[in-house]
Amino acid sequence: MVAVAIRPEPPANPGMAVAIRNINHHFALHGEHLPVLDTISIEVEPGELVALLGPSGCGKSTLLRLVAGLDQPSSGEILADGVPVTGPDPSRVVVFQDPTLFPWRTVFDNVALGLEAQDRLHKDRHRVGTALQLVGLSHFAKAHPQQLSGGMAQRAALARALVNDPRLLILDEPLGKLDSMTRITMQSELVTLWRRAGFTALLVTHDVEEALYMANRVIVLSERPARVVADVSVDRPYPRGRGDQYLVELRHHLLDLLGLGSNW
Amino acid sequence: MATADAAALPNAPGDVAPGESNEAIHQKHATSEPTTAKEGQTKGSPRSLLDLGSGGGVAAGAAWALAAVVTAGWPDINEWSYTHLLSIIETIIGFVLVALALAFRPDDPIAIRIRRGSPWALALAAGLTIWEAVTAKLLWLPPPFFAPPQALLEAYLEDWPRLLECALHSSILLGTGYLIGAAVGFSSGLAIGWSKAAAYWGHPVLRLIGPLPPTAWIPIAFFLFPSSWSASVFLIALATAIPVAILTWSGVSSVPASYYDVARTLGAKQGFLVLKVAVPAALPHVFVGLFMGMSASFVVLVVAEMLGVKAGLGWYLQWAQGWAAYANMYAALLVMALLCSGLVTLLFTVRNQVLSWQKGLVRW
Repeated sequence: MVAVAIRPEPPANPGMAVAIRNINHHFALHGEHLPVLDTISIEVEPGELVALLGPSGCGKSTLLRLVAGLDQPSSGEILADGVPVTGPDPSRVVVFQDPTLFPWRTVFDNVALGLEAQDRLHKDRHRVGTALQLVGLSHFAKAHPQQLSGGMAQRAALARALVNDPRLLILDEPLGKLDSMTRITMQSELVTLWRRAGFTALLVTHDVEEALYMANRVIVLSERPARVVADVSVDRPYPRGRGDQYLVELRHHLLDLLGLGSNW
Repeated sequence: MATADAAALPNAPGDVAPGESNEAIHQKHATSEPTTAKEGQTKGSPRSLLDLGSGGGVAAGAAWALAAVVTAGWPDINEWSYTHLLSIIETIIGFVLVALALAFRPDDPIAIRIRRGSPWALALAAGLTIWEAVTAKLLWLPPPFFAPPQALLEAYLEDWPRLLECALHSSILLGTGYLIGAAVGFSSGLAIGWSKAAAYWGHPVLRLIGPLPPTAWIPIAFFLFPSSWSASVFLIALATAIPVAILTWSGVSSVPASYYDVARTLGAKQGFLVLKVAVPAALPHVFVGLFMGMSASFVVLVVAEMLGVKAGLGWYLQWAQGWAAYANMYAALLVMALLCSGLVTLLFTVRNQVLSWQKGLVRW
């Protein structure tokens, strides 16, 4: 569905540099102090696709919410291109695990949401069509979200993010609820989109294979409260083969780090 | 099928070869008589009792003709001046039904509508005939408390200017109060659902006065307001506003937080979050509130008109009863029923338009 340029053009928009410095975060739950993130520091270079890998419930999504500016960390700072993050901004767009499309809007109007919110729909209307085309939903512009399958809904959510031309795409287990076939297809599509557009991407996942197939770097987090356990660079060219021997060995290594080595 | 099975199984052991299992018998049986099974199915295929087929319209027409015959042919015990006209009207309805039933091919949409409506048309004719018989013809239900159909006809034909004026008056009063109430209820519900400050001040007030029946305000309203009309507008608005406010509030507070997260990361500001996220997401609740408010407003309208307002259908009911003009009372009651039901239908039509997205459940 995604038209792959044979020679990728130079990225249209340079990715964002993200610096996560000494982030600590906790929740107050029934008066109890529940630590979630423990002194996390990660530097992300512009244009990188970094996967955050960790056991379920370890606080990965919390970290992404902080980067998106939806919540503020208990301590530490997050810099986007050197500027502290104080709130959400359309240059840093999130794709959530649930597509969260607005059921009363058509697919087109859902994708147009960001442009409308930023008051630039009148001049950038054509971008909506382009984004829909990019994710292969041109024919469904007038459909309502409840008429879409899970994979199509997640594509619409992706188009809704991409239409804003984000410099950082924050992917919070965006493929987590899809069936395995749709998942495999969309992993390749996401990689293609990322390589073509040049944005920086942060991908939260608990799927080791997905992380290795897609990312430049894989950051392994511990159980809650999350600490950085390892920062592994995945030095393989794209497009990658899933059976690549190097990736298979790396996968073994990462499973070991996650304490799942015995399952290999 | 069932009887055939019974014959094949226990009563005819001779059919069963030694060692042949029950299942095999079933199979054998099933294959040997496929036609019977099929016939049985078509015969038993559900054809509703209510579907009178193409003859439905004709039957309904005949029933109306019969009603006309009963009305005109069976003399009234007390003479009613519109008996003859009633029978003419019944005859016309009967003819129209028969003509419509015969004029269209069975698969024509109009024919289908007639077929669907014919049980009701028939039942109405029967009901009217019985009503006619037990009132005008037999006097089993004593006048003046029970009026025959021709008395209602008389009420409409002789008093229509007053009835029309009353219906108009009621509509204006109800419309003014309802629209004000809906607007106030919606905006206060939205404020309480959205803003912490509004919730702090509004919630206790709503909790205190919300459960109070709006009619309890009647004595206060009638001396606080300069006219009984403005007092009634206030009461109707109040009756409407409370359910609308509560439902709007609950609708706004039940909007998933993820909707706001999505909109905020896409650059939405407060105004956008309220108008383009909270309000549309809460609309299904709001319409429930509008419906409940409408029912409450009908109650208050009638009570207010009976108590203080000098026009309107509620007043007409009271007035007709005062003059022992029971036929006029029934006539006004029917107008009121049509008016209220029409308004609810209108509200539902609007709702189905606005919330059409809720219906599109087709999946690709």
